[in-house]
Amino acid sequence: MRITQGCFSFLPDLSDAQITAQVHYCLRQGWAVAIEYTDDPHPRNTYWNMSGLPMFDLQDPAGVISELNACRRANPGTYIRINAFDPTQGWETVRMSFIVQRPDSEPGFRLVRQETRGRSLHYTMESYAVARHPEGTRYRA
Amino acid sequence: MNAPEKARIDAIDLGAEFRDAGIAEVLEALEHDLVGLAPVKRRVREIAALLLVDRVRQRLGLSTQAPSLHMSFTGNPGTGKTTVALRMAEILHRLGYSRRGHVVAVTRDDLVGQYIGHTAPKTKEVLKRAMGGVLFIDEAYYLYRPENERDYGQEAIEILLQVMENQRDDLVVILAGYADRMEHFFASNPGMKSRIAHHVDFPDYHDGELGDIAERMLAQWNYRFDPAARLAFAEYITLRRQRPHFANARSIRNALDRMRLRQALRLFEQGNPLDADALITLTEADVRASRQFASPLPATESDDVRNLDFDPERDTDRIDY
Repeated sequence: MRITQGCFSFLPDLSDAQITAQVHYCLRQGWAVAIEYTDDPHPRNTYWNMSGLPMFDLQDPAGVISELNACRRANPGTYIRINAFDPTQGWETVRMSFIVQRPDSEPGFRLVRQETRGRSLHYTMESYAVARHPEGTRYRA
Repeated sequence: MNAPEKARIDAIDLGAEFRDAGIAEVLEALEHDLVGLAPVKRRVREIAALLLVDRVRQRLGLSTQAPSLHMSFTGNPGTGKTTVALRMAEILHRLGYSRRGHVVAVTRDDLVGQYIGHTAPKTKEVLKRAMGGVLFIDEAYYLYRPENERDYGQEAIEILLQVMENQRDDLVVILAGYADRMEHFFASNPGMKSRIAHHVDFPDYHDGELGDIAERMLAQWNYRFDPAARLAFAEYITLRRQRPHFANARSIRNALDRMRLRQALRLFEQGNPLDADALITLTEADVRASRQFASPLPATESDDVRNLDFDPERDTDRIDY
């Protein structure tokens, strides 16, 4: 099951040229770009791992792309996303976030039903990949 | 492979290329705004011409190798290295060799960390900020401290070299510093020297040129010398040059700042109603009150303890009434 989180998630995966163009847009807006990765793609998992510090004061996407490539080399088979943080007063939040790398196979989620008192059901989701292996080895072949 | 295409385009109008690139006005401004520096202007012109021709060649499929653009600017303090670096960035931007054309000016402190593991992220952050533009490293020789073998400067140099080699399209590095120490720096870092294609030497200004610079600075600030003050200032330049820590245009700038201070005090103390003319005119008295005219050249200062200090500009900012 293909995971759809953030911008462009219903489009085919972005090529490097497209990622560069999007990063360029973010930098033109004056946003700080950060790279994050995880192997727990649960939609409620907002705390991805930071790959380096957020990059402030950049003028050109080349710096971000070289960091992204370094992150790809260090974390193959994980989800990697690019976040763009808008520091202007009143916003001070992530304005744009998109996935730039995903594992080859994404097994998807299982619906877990928990029967509680009075035969009512509580529903939750569980990732097959997360249940299968411990952290760090979930998507390794 | 490209032979048929080459044959089709037979005449190339370099003049038109030159105009289209819009570097004419940058070079014109360089020629016009900066006093003296003839050899530097010539080198900048040469580099601009080379890049222009390279660009045309590339369009015809003749050139394959991206030119190496890293430069070193050597010269005494106050000879305009930073100013020329800014212009150079503009030229590279207009010719399309630098995507953004911004200049990130740094010194050792911005690149080298304070403890193990601090240097690499710090240097990389600066490099990332400079991507797409020009990284101007002032007093680059401070990066290399041979007297301390555990100095982190070497690490910064290595990262720098790697990026200078691998990301030539993304970044142009300009190293600047005093000629003799840069020479020493290159001698101990041959990798750095071989990666720098253009070595530009900035000569000292003549007395007349410094006079011109002073006039221009004053005009910029809406001041002027009266005729006697102009003569006195010419004398001042000759005297100042013989003193230690002479920093060309920067010394002139500081001297003018001090003269403005003296003028302000003079106007303030005389208490009469003023007209605009008095406010913009520096008189002979303002110039002659300088310490340079009062004390004879101290002979002992050359072997003074202060001269052991490494920063030759240490004294230039001091206010000497």
